[in-house]
Amino acid sequence: MSKGVAVNGFVSEEELERSPGYPSKERMQQGPVVVIECPQEIPCNPCEEACPHHAITVGEPITNCPRLDETKCVGCGLCIPRCPGLAIFLIDLTHSDKRAAVSIPYEYLPLPHMNQKVTAVNRAGEPVCEAEVIKVADTKPNDRTAVVTVTIPNDYAQEVRGIVRLGGHHG
Amino acid sequence: MRVTHHPILGDLPDSREIKIQVDGKEIAALAGEPIAAALAAAGISVHRYTSEKSEPRGVFCAIGQCTDCVMTVNGVSNVRTCITPVIPGMTVETQHGVGQRRDP
Amino acid sequence: MREVDLAVVGAGPAGLSAAIEGAKRGLRALVIDRNPKPGGQLIKQIHKFFGSREHRAGTRGVDIAQDLFREARDLGITLMLGWEVYNLQPGRLQVVRSSFGETSDESPEASIAAKKIVLATGAEENAFYFDGWTLPGVMGAGAAQTMTNVWRVLPGSRILMVGSGNVGLIVTYQLLQAGADVVAIVEAAPKIGGFGVHAAKIRRAGVPILTSHTVVRALGESRVKGAVIARVDDAWQPVVGSELTLDVDTICVAIGFRPNTRLASLAGCRLTNSSVLGGWVPIHNGQLETTVPGIYVAGDVSGIEEASTALEEGRLAGIVAASAMGKTSEHDQQQLQAIADRLCSLRGGPFCQPIQDAKSELVELGEEVCPKE
Repeated sequence: MSKGVAVNGFVSEEELERSPGYPSKERMQQGPVVVIECPQEIPCNPCEEACPHHAITVGEPITNCPRLDETKCVGCGLCIPRCPGLAIFLIDLTHSDKRAAVSIPYEYLPLPHMNQKVTAVNRAGEPVCEAEVIKVADTKPNDRTAVVTVTIPNDYAQEVRGIVRLGGHHG
Repeated sequence: MRVTHHPILGDLPDSREIKIQVDGKEIAALAGEPIAAALAAAGISVHRYTSEKSEPRGVFCAIGQCTDCVMTVNGVSNVRTCITPVIPGMTVETQHGVGQRRDP
Repeated sequence: MREVDLAVVGAGPAGLSAAIEGAKRGLRALVIDRNPKPGGQLIKQIHKFFGSREHRAGTRGVDIAQDLFREARDLGITLMLGWEVYNLQPGRLQVVRSSFGETSDESPEASIAAKKIVLATGAEENAFYFDGWTLPGVMGAGAAQTMTNVWRVLPGSRILMVGSGNVGLIVTYQLLQAGADVVAIVEAAPKIGGFGVHAAKIRRAGVPILTSHTVVRALGESRVKGAVIARVDDAWQPVVGSELTLDVDTICVAIGFRPNTRLASLAGCRLTNSSVLGGWVPIHNGQLETTVPGIYVAGDVSGIEEASTALEEGRLAGIVAASAMGKTSEHDQQQLQAIADRLCSLRGGPFCQPIQDAKSELVELGEEVCPKE
């Protein structure tokens, strides 16, 4: 049985399944949708205001875990750079037949560039597959939290949550 | 090692480079930065040696509270190098023990 | 001798906020800080803050600091930077230059008379006594943060972080952002102390967090050149035979802070001991006034918390100090209530409950023993 975020430093499958910020598998099959990996009660709610479609709710008290209304989420990803915990990601299982797209917040230099081949990692920082960069968004509203979108083989969509930093060493 | 490019703080702002002397050797410093910053950038970690056992000491708190980083600066002992800005031509010496008492 | 209405010791988020609220209500306010740059620890917080919109969630600490500087400047608040308070009595402060002045003509000493004083002196990093802990290259996590984010110099290239509270996790992330390698975090407790989202960022970056581990020795002669870590048992003792040597040149200690209460003590403020709040803490009432009338505390000195609470406590102290001098402004009561609500909100949830409880206890004690108007 996995030990969860307080021991490993990353969320377990069980924590994700219980989390109100996680969409259903059915919804993921329909098109791009965000996943919010924030299972602890901490005082924080910028995600709620970030969504123009009001798909994210925290309410009062602000320690509530964020709840995702998967019927309202259109997968725009505007919430990704607004989360101070860098805990929101976008998953698109419908990107193509064989490949899924995952968008991650990224605050390191150098930023990857379009079409760059990078190494994708899982929540434990372990390299799992090669990825191709298809978008790097770093505009003023991001306030220096770039959003990098990579494509990966479908099988890895539930695992990939980061890329090996391009500047430094890893692990 | 200077952090010249930073994803949040941006590029290191243009700063006038000046020279200070450390144990008789000239090193580069950026105008206005604390002495300890110039030393760290130059790879110097030892600021002083203790009185009894001559053990090396360097930066611990970096904000002027612990006094581990003190050196003799312009002939004055026990100067907290982490909160003292560099001035061109400053002389900085590795301090041994408590240094010289200042005149009242 | 300089005369002001409000003297604030410490130009961090609490101190600047106190001076700003005081100055808004017409007080002549002065802020003293030993550092050549204002902002305290706030200028080093380059991550986006948590909380809600009212708490400026989503804004980076360093940007909030710029707003405070601008406000202070616009209100004509005097900042005495590079000055150290060496004596503090009710109504009077004596200061000395903390470093060299611009010219040798300037007097290195000064006296200040102030009707009200706010102590916003922040905190000191705790040290952790392991073999070799005094070697250059062993430093507080806050020191590493100062070096990296203010001095723009890396403290080292291969770093061991000791402690997995929010400070250890956040500073680790910031060291990675600056281009250093953090080889591992060791945490003596069986669980990670800080928020899961902070831990998750650095785990994705490949940094292992070794719970039930501690550092037992720093290796090196004139500088750290390695660290020996070991597993700890249920009694928090290193397990013989579990030692591992790490190739590091820097060891950052992130095991907590204690309030910097020296001036409060000197001025005769009564202290009480609260381990949750970081150790000895000046007793204060709900108005942040200590047992010495006219001396207030705000920010980490009144209990170790974070920047968001320091901003709020500073505001509170500034408003009550002004009010005590008859300088109020419309809606003061509403503002004070709003601050109390925002503090409550920041102190919510399981991580912060112990602090909420400890602060309530402290204020209860303060209401009993602090002088009433």
